[in-house]
Amino acid sequence: MDGVKENYWENKLSEFREASGKKGDRIGKWRKDVLEPWNSRTKYEDREYSNSSSIKIDEIYTSQDLRKNFEDKYLGLPGTYPFTRGIYPNMYRGKLWTMRMFSGFGTPEDTNKRLKYLIEHGESGLSIAFDMPTLYGYDCDNKRADGEVGRCGVNVSSLRDMEDILSGIDLGEVSTSMTINAPAAVLTAMYIAVAKKQGVPLDRISGTVQADILKEYIAQKEWIYPPEAHLRLIRDMMVYCTKNVPKWNYISISGYHIREAGSSAAQELAFTLADGFHYVDMGIDAGLDPAEFAPRLSFFFNSSINFFEEIAKLRAARRIWATVLREKYGVRNERSLYLRFHTQTSGYTLTWQQPLNNIVRTTIEAMAAVLGGTQSLHTNSYDEAWALPSEQAVKVALRTQQIIAEETGIPDTIDPLGGSYYLEWLTDRMEEEAFKYFSEIEKMGGILQAVKTGYIQKEIAATSYRRQIRIEQGKEVMVGVNKYAESNEKPINILRISRRAQKSQLSKLLSVKQERDEKKVMEALSELENALRNPEENSMPYIIRAVESYATLEEISNVGRNVFGGWKEPVLV
Amino acid sequence: MSGGMYLVDGKNLSLFKDKPIKVLLAKPGIDGHDRGVLVLAKAFRDAGMEVLYAGLLPTPEEVVDTAINEDVDVIALSLLNGAHLTVFRKISELLKKRGIDDIAVVGGGTIPDGDKPKLEKLGITGNYGPGTPLSTIVDHITARASEARSRKMQ
Repeated sequence: MDGVKENYWENKLSEFREASGKKGDRIGKWRKDVLEPWNSRTKYEDREYSNSSSIKIDEIYTSQDLRKNFEDKYLGLPGTYPFTRGIYPNMYRGKLWTMRMFSGFGTPEDTNKRLKYLIEHGESGLSIAFDMPTLYGYDCDNKRADGEVGRCGVNVSSLRDMEDILSGIDLGEVSTSMTINAPAAVLTAMYIAVAKKQGVPLDRISGTVQADILKEYIAQKEWIYPPEAHLRLIRDMMVYCTKNVPKWNYISISGYHIREAGSSAAQELAFTLADGFHYVDMGIDAGLDPAEFAPRLSFFFNSSINFFEEIAKLRAARRIWATVLREKYGVRNERSLYLRFHTQTSGYTLTWQQPLNNIVRTTIEAMAAVLGGTQSLHTNSYDEAWALPSEQAVKVALRTQQIIAEETGIPDTIDPLGGSYYLEWLTDRMEEEAFKYFSEIEKMGGILQAVKTGYIQKEIAATSYRRQIRIEQGKEVMVGVNKYAESNEKPINILRISRRAQKSQLSKLLSVKQERDEKKVMEALSELENALRNPEENSMPYIIRAVESYATLEEISNVGRNVFGGWKEPVLV
Repeated sequence: MSGGMYLVDGKNLSLFKDKPIKVLLAKPGIDGHDRGVLVLAKAFRDAGMEVLYAGLLPTPEEVVDTAINEDVDVIALSLLNGAHLTVFRKISELLKKRGIDDIAVVGGGTIPDGDKPKLEKLGITGNYGPGTPLSTIVDHITARASEARSRKMQ
């Protein structure tokens, strides 16, 4: 960064200090004359109110809690900088959010059937979950994969599996989100290979891979190589796709997992955006123009149960991203300042006890996502604390979104809570908390360093433990768990994954290996190895070639394992 | 939290007077969901136990080796990826094969009710799901550790 912007984060923080909302005289007088006498008459018991981010909440907010020039400078109007009220001028009147239900289990054929089922029931975008072996770059025949094939998602060991997942689905017509990180370049290469086979030009396919490796080291812990190696592969994918697959969103910068791992809303916001800025720096270092590639970065947030805190977080995220890209990175093109995001309701808030209550929780969280201006949404199913969702539970979750969209009137007005004194004050606080972390992370030498030393992970673990203790002490309530609990919970019908998936994947992999041209595979893998050894080379074309030769996911990942080695995380406990 | 809050009547806590309960926490198999296991590590420590964490992705063999070398009382396994029947069973079989009967094995994670009796038959108890109070888990570990410690002393 250039010298002028050296103290950028500190300067931003001073904006909040100048404007730190002081309760004005009017509220002071009301408290003394009205509130306190009332409280003392009604034997009111005072306690401290705070949210997941440990922000203390007052009983009332007024215009005096907002910053000077707040409406012009920080709020704006929809589709205008700093996009607090939404990135599009007409928001959901123009286009509803995409109802994108994450699914994937068992064999590629099972998943193909579920995807087609969702398309029939009105889902507008595909989203694929992969099983653990796939996420870690192992084939279904690896010893470590035993018992895990097809359990948490669909298994992909070779291009043949991707062909089966997408069979009968026109890749020119759908957009597909793939939740894949460490092997994201390989799965992208497979998707490209299927499109080529279908005869769909690469500039017509659209989709998203998660490929946010920083949050893997922070939260989800699914990596293959050391951070620098994964970051290099992501850089290669960024450069390749910017040129060849212009509608491919190659990184979905994810707070979801950071939150599920136990962070607060403010930590989710701060660490996710800090990761985002790192990817921007990386693109710039690779010679790309941020105005050109920023639109290919999208975000993925959690929507948890503290309603206003979540809405504030999402609005703050939009404002921070636009402000920092413009002020710190000098991006001028407005469309490049849009923070587009997918939201998923919180899995952590779902309880194993009294599972039908989860439908209510998910509804509230989904409403927060919509009021926060999300572009797409996954609603969790009520049985997910038990197992992967059953078909019936998935349908209720999808219907929840359709009810919000088509019955409630919520999407009729843009940012309908904008201007609420409380929400605007809270949006400021979330933003301020994030800037505090940005400043701290910079002092530690950047997010990569903060992750490699375990600082971020420890911050999250501390928050998660604090919350657990508060629940144990009854200071935070989970209905049906630490309050209103019932004995004799009855089991519900859940989806059972049989070992059939593993058997069928094993025999398919065997036949792929028998049918392929072994010499071609060896050549492709050895060319890939040379490319990986040369940091200046873009590895993407080599990965595509390897995939097309039906080299397996593990064979391709093993080339990387040889070149880069593995990774052990810092000691956290 | 004070170290004493979990101590419950009916368990032979004098067994742990000179040497606290030693627990190996592990997530065997390929599963990175470590929120629960990290919370447990802190809770066990606050309850006065000595805690070892095997880190992510250890194989069943590595878990058993560490447990034996470190002479732990309890192996506490956590999996949220649905592979508990396969992976937990491997650990219990490995212990049996090596003739180890003074290390207790407990489990937890997203474990459907129907699987619990199968795990218990293998000697893997607890098998707690999300929303279980920490005190319940600590009590259970203490009870299993006291059985294991009694056998160590025989």
